[in-house]
Amino acid sequence: MDYSDLIQKLLTGNARAAARLITLVENDIEAAENIINAIYRHTGKAYILGITGPPGSGKSTFIATLTKIYAEQGKKIGIVCVDPTSPLTGGAILGDRIRMKDNFSLKNVFIRSMANRGQLGGLARATEDAVKILDAYGCDIIIVETVGVGQSEVDIFKSAQTVVVLLVPGLGDDIQAIKAGIMEITDIFVVNKMDLAGADKKITDITQMLELGMNYKYESEKVGENFPLKSNWTPEIVKINSISGENFGKFVELINKHRDYLSESDVLLDYQKNRIKNETLQILKHKITEKVEGLISSHPTIDEYIKLVMDKSLDPYSMANLIIKLLGIE
Amino acid sequence: MTDNRKIKVLVCKPGLDGHDRGAKVLARALRDAGMEVIYTGLHQTPDMIVQTVLQEDPDAVMLSMLSGAHKALCPVIMDKLKENDIDDVLVSVGGIIPDEDKPFLEEHGLKGFYGPGTQLKTIVEFVKNNLKR
Repeated sequence: MDYSDLIQKLLTGNARAAARLITLVENDIEAAENIINAIYRHTGKAYILGITGPPGSGKSTFIATLTKIYAEQGKKIGIVCVDPTSPLTGGAILGDRIRMKDNFSLKNVFIRSMANRGQLGGLARATEDAVKILDAYGCDIIIVETVGVGQSEVDIFKSAQTVVVLLVPGLGDDIQAIKAGIMEITDIFVVNKMDLAGADKKITDITQMLELGMNYKYESEKVGENFPLKSNWTPEIVKINSISGENFGKFVELINKHRDYLSESDVLLDYQKNRIKNETLQILKHKITEKVEGLISSHPTIDEYIKLVMDKSLDPYSMANLIIKLLGIE
Repeated sequence: MTDNRKIKVLVCKPGLDGHDRGAKVLARALRDAGMEVIYTGLHQTPDMIVQTVLQEDPDAVMLSMLSGAHKALCPVIMDKLKENDIDDVLVSVGGIIPDEDKPFLEEHGLKGFYGPGTQLKTIVEFVKNNLKR
């Protein structure tokens, strides 16, 4: 299929072309390959903001209020909201637009809902590609909302320049705050629903968690092994009210501060390098998995190997090595 | 072709209509049929609905109307979709639609008209069999 007409339209800022291209990258990985190949050199201009947090912490409402502020500044905004796919039926309810009602009529706002289609990590396979399409579409800012996360869905920090974690009063104590996972990847903590009791306690918990790290920093060689930490940035904390808009001015200042920090240091370069590395790794995993699955379901010797493993004359590790040989990618 | 296409449906409540239990039940049924369902909430203007269709690129739009405003709002929605060159989306309206209004709505390109008592299975099959792409 030829996508050049759609891509041409996308580059002139046609919303329908953007929407259609996102559908294509969602549904068809071969289409994704061709489309990204064609638009890649037009990407890299947008600032990508990741919003994550537990279900019901107010991510969509928060994004709605933030979007209004950026829209008033004349910015063109793209929003990608990810919601979970049912593991039982493959269906999904995408409900993030409900909170963003006031944004529908804003001219320069493009909102896209996306089901994660079973991918763990808080995003969908096609989220990165959708972000690139919105980038080429001409968005200045792209806000990515993850599914409601628990503790370990951290993919967002591999995709976004600034990661914002939303927390709410009353969920968990100070031990929750020093657990590994999303608390480690945060650039800005937002305590949402500040009018509820316990907001200040939440801030204290986060502050203390951060201070523990600062005063007794263990320079582990492991840090950055998987992904470099944005080393000299001390996460900021702000409490806000997404409905009244209280303290959003402060939040936008913190975003700008983090952006300045990124552009003044080498962190952004490191981030870009690692983003490319990680993205390629994901693509490779996907491609190799497909190859392996194809091979396992069709190659005639696989049945022989299985028999050998059943007879205990071969073990699963050795069988895996034999399959790698068959693939010829050793 | 490594196509794993899913049917994407937009369920919405146009106009001043506050009763969305039916819309929610329908959204849930379509979800359970393996579809990706966007629910936009209450009080959608034709412009909001068309913007959503434009951005989300759904295969079908299911309008739920109990307020009696279907003859006023549906043609406006259809016209605005046309203005935006959107002609490959199934648009259906259901809820409380009197029989005598159905030909008028059909002329404007709407289908379905399912009301209270309809089996959810019927609506799921209707969506699957009437997609335009």
